[in-house]
Amino acid sequence: MKINFILNGKNVWVETDPLRRLLDVLREDFGLTGVKEGCGEGECGACTVLIYGKIAFSCIIPVGAADHAEIRTIEGYRKTERYKALQDAFAEAGGVQCGFCTPGFVLAAESLLREDARPDEAAIREAISGNLCRCTGYNMIVEGIKIASLKGKGLW
Amino acid sequence: MVTTYRPPDFQSALTIMRENRAIPLAGGTDLMVSRRRWSGLSPFFAKPVLFIGHLEEIKRVEPDITNIKIGSACSLTSLLEHREIPEVLKIVISQMATPAIRNIGTLGGNICNASPAGDALPVLYALDASVVLQRKAEIRTLPIEKFITGPGETVLKDDELLTSIIIPKKSYNVGFYRKVGTRQANSLSKLSFQGLARIEEGKISDIRISFGAVALTVIRSREIEELLIEKSGKEIEKLISEVNRLYSAVIKPIDDQRSNIRYRKTISLKLLRYFLRTVLISKIG
Repeated sequence: MKINFILNGKNVWVETDPLRRLLDVLREDFGLTGVKEGCGEGECGACTVLIYGKIAFSCIIPVGAADHAEIRTIEGYRKTERYKALQDAFAEAGGVQCGFCTPGFVLAAESLLREDARPDEAAIREAISGNLCRCTGYNMIVEGIKIASLKGKGLW
Repeated sequence: MVTTYRPPDFQSALTIMRENRAIPLAGGTDLMVSRRRWSGLSPFFAKPVLFIGHLEEIKRVEPDITNIKIGSACSLTSLLEHREIPEVLKIVISQMATPAIRNIGTLGGNICNASPAGDALPVLYALDASVVLQRKAEIRTLPIEKFITGPGETVLKDDELLTSIIIPKKSYNVGFYRKVGTRQANSLSKLSFQGLARIEEGKISDIRISFGAVALTVIRSREIEELLIEKSGKEIEKLISEVNRLYSAVIKPIDDQRSNIRYRKTISLKLLRYFLRTVLISKIG
């Protein structure tokens, strides 16, 4: 089946088995290796992408279900001002250690901040509840998102 | 590689179901996990797959005077964002899985998956929800407790699609829901409890109690609920041990990797007593 979608702002298509995981298509066919595979079953959030601006786990989405969708990965998002605000804030808070989970957390933060530009701590923890990080213990990531929402005022 | 279909509209989907007996896939958040294989491989499906998650006809929320009709392919997040969805249902949905899964997973999928631990099920039983099933030349509506017959088992025919969920509009002034799991987010329930009631003039005029993950399907007993109707706070206090005993006889949990019989039964009954005594009686005053 030929599947069309908007990937990081560009119209793209791929001729493939529609049941392939979106994760594999993004990594193997489009070379977008910022999309990570952790658990492969929707538990860890390493494969997070934005679909219509909301986070989704690409390891449990068959690419055929994403036909015509607007998809953004960390590679597309990093060209934005919002990304820069989150990048600086994560660095300031020490929210990145090994970095494997980081693309997922950054996209989860974006998905939250576009709905709620000044989230409280409970809202932040809820927004990242599907993303696992085995390095930081989460507090620095929560702090990073708080800093981004303050210093990135007006971006969201 | 199995055949897959991505029909342009709902009627075409019904035709494909009649001709191919396909597996409907809306969000896929359960199917993609249960059918997964090694990393990098497509999940395994023995039968053709029909994508239905994009079909607008089954993604609408349509309220009328007496009911709210929810399209089976509505994402859980879209229901949280919809103002017509009853608050008691939103409370349950907001505790399901994680935001990314709620963005993709659907209410219809949670019902058709028919897990004893399906998180949306106890509240749907309590709300007297019905499901609308459609195939090429037939539409039928069934109460949810008639639709789900066992773990992973429903009466859905192999050419039929669940198209919508109908919830009667009623007002409740007491709602109590607890999901008991290992952690706050993304846990599969060890058990869950849903209590709903309407109190009028110091008495219970309507009450619904359901338990999840403590039997093959959700437990709801209209006979036991009937005992509590028209009762005052004092009368309920006297009935608590009897009601506790009656539910104790119908709650039949299992031991599995998530919990065990003793824990599930003990906590279910504690939540029942908490609901009756602390939530309900204190509300009646």
